[in-house]
Amino acid sequence: MIPVESYLAVSAVVFTLGCVGFFLRRNLLVQLMSLELMLNAVNVTLVAFNRVHADDHTGQMFAFFVIAVAAAEAAVGLAIVISLYRLRKSVRSDDADLLHH
Amino acid sequence: MNELVLAKGAFAALALVTVLGAAATVFAKNPIRGAMGLLLCIAGIAGLFLGLHAQFLAAIQLIVYAGAVVILFVFVIMLLGPDATSPKDAKAAFSRVGAAVLFASGVAWAGLRLAASSDFHPEVRGFDAARAEMGSLGAVGREIYTRGLVPFELVSVLFIVAVVGAVAVARGKQRAAGSEDAP
Repeated sequence: MIPVESYLAVSAVVFTLGCVGFFLRRNLLVQLMSLELMLNAVNVTLVAFNRVHADDHTGQMFAFFVIAVAAAEAAVGLAIVISLYRLRKSVRSDDADLLHH
Repeated sequence: MNELVLAKGAFAALALVTVLGAAATVFAKNPIRGAMGLLLCIAGIAGLFLGLHAQFLAAIQLIVYAGAVVILFVFVIMLLGPDATSPKDAKAAFSRVGAAVLFASGVAWAGLRLAASSDFHPEVRGFDAARAEMGSLGAVGREIYTRGLVPFELVSVLFIVAVVGAVAVARGKQRAAGSEDAP
């Protein structure tokens, strides 16, 4: 009833929004949330294609592991944000310039 | 016929909710609004999963993403307090018009590529019928524990590393201050 291209279009729009947010925003929290948007968009693509090739659950299994890794990465990323805030009193990625000469 | 309208209507509503949530995440100045937009996007994607015969994944999406990751974001935003919203964030590295043009051109390119491909049939060519247990907890679990056993165990190692690493990174200098207090 719904062609697979519709799901791919939603995934493409969400992924592009995540990319634009990651490049455009300087707030580290918003950048991390844009990362989560990109990972979710990839999950939609995986599950949509798994529905096309419905012999096994490879796509859904892959999406399961993407969710697991994204959760771990969000935890560590937020710990880094807290650490940076403690150091520089700011969450802007522009202020993370300690390695800048 | 009624089922078709219902399916299309549900998909359109969920897709709209997902895209609006994503836009709110990216363009909101207040990061709490961004976190709520992320929550909306994740809930919309969970609904899309339900339409794609992925019930287990929809539940996992809601439990893990909406119920843990977004909560974690909200915790950190609340911890940071008013410093979570930097006043200099209004001015971006490049102009918002440029970003909108970039986004529109990206989506337009993807759409043109899709329309030019030979497999593009936008009329009602839905999916083939799936077996009854597709996407169920038992079927996906059986595959994870047989074909995906090694990645599953490696993910558990990854979680241990992530938990220890997050605690180690976020604790910082508190340990040094605590040892100074001890006599």
